[in-house]
Amino acid sequence: MGAGRERAIMTLSEFFYMDGYYLYVWASYGLALVVMLALFISPVRRKRQLLKQLGRKKRRGQRL
Amino acid sequence: MLQAITKLASLRNFYFFCGKLLPWFAWPTLILMLVGLYWGLVEAPADYQQKDSYRIIFIHVPAAWMSLFVYMVMAMSAAASLIWKTKASEVVANSCAPVGAAFTFLALATGSLWGKPMWGTWWEWDARLTSELVLLFLYLGYIALQSAFEDKRTAARATAILAIVGVVNIPIIHYSVEWWFTLHQGPTVQVLKGKQAMDTSMLIPLMIMATAFKFYFVTVLLMFSRNEVLERESHTKWVQEERERL
Repeated sequence: MGAGRERAIMTLSEFFYMDGYYLYVWASYGLALVVMLALFISPVRRKRQLLKQLGRKKRRGQRL
Repeated sequence: MLQAITKLASLRNFYFFCGKLLPWFAWPTLILMLVGLYWGLVEAPADYQQKDSYRIIFIHVPAAWMSLFVYMVMAMSAAASLIWKTKASEVVANSCAPVGAAFTFLALATGSLWGKPMWGTWWEWDARLTSELVLLFLYLGYIALQSAFEDKRTAARATAILAIVGVVNIPIIHYSVEWWFTLHQGPTVQVLKGKQAMDTSMLIPLMIMATAFKFYFVTVLLMFSRNEVLERESHTKWVQEERERL
């Protein structure tokens, strides 16, 4: 039991250690995550902004 | 067929068509990414030479493939805009640029992060790396040129020419590892030649990640395109109706 648990913990730290290449591997995956998430979120925010602008334009038009 | 294309060329139809497609690409992206990441990081064995450092391949190669693929989509849409003057293709070409730039940046950055432990250097001015850097500048140049014009139609003509001329760079990138002596390793996956330098246990997660990146590209492309349509058509009645609906 104990040995099994120890081995599981070892594997997890081994997983993060990446044979010593953790810095390069995780930096690559982290960078990809940040860039691709940002590229996904930016049009979502842009759309919200656009719709707000359109609303303003509409109201302005009604006043005139 | 031709009728369907002409119908799609109207921005209103294009907007709703993109909206219908969106979930069919967004959800598979998420699932494929999760499967590919688990397979690539956990299931796939370590490389006998490069150990675990090779796992960067699951980001690096799909990103590099996409950097070329997105450029071809951009150039073909640009050509369509020049020939048929279709607005929807202008929108698609414009939306490709930021996505392609992001993929190119990722390919260069992860390549650098892989090159440091394997080659001992972050950067080398060799054919593959330099031509890929030129690709990044092409994308950035496209974006800069596009914002330099007040009128969208004039901008589209100028950027289309840039995009089409830039296509020369694509075969240079692709064949650079064969034409010149370079630090970059030769192609690992050669589908057409049927030669396979990669073990199946690593090839499968690579292909899953490559598919995930393709779906991701279409998802983001649709989102960017829809925004540009809303912007261009902001004066029309249907956009106001769409705003009230949302």
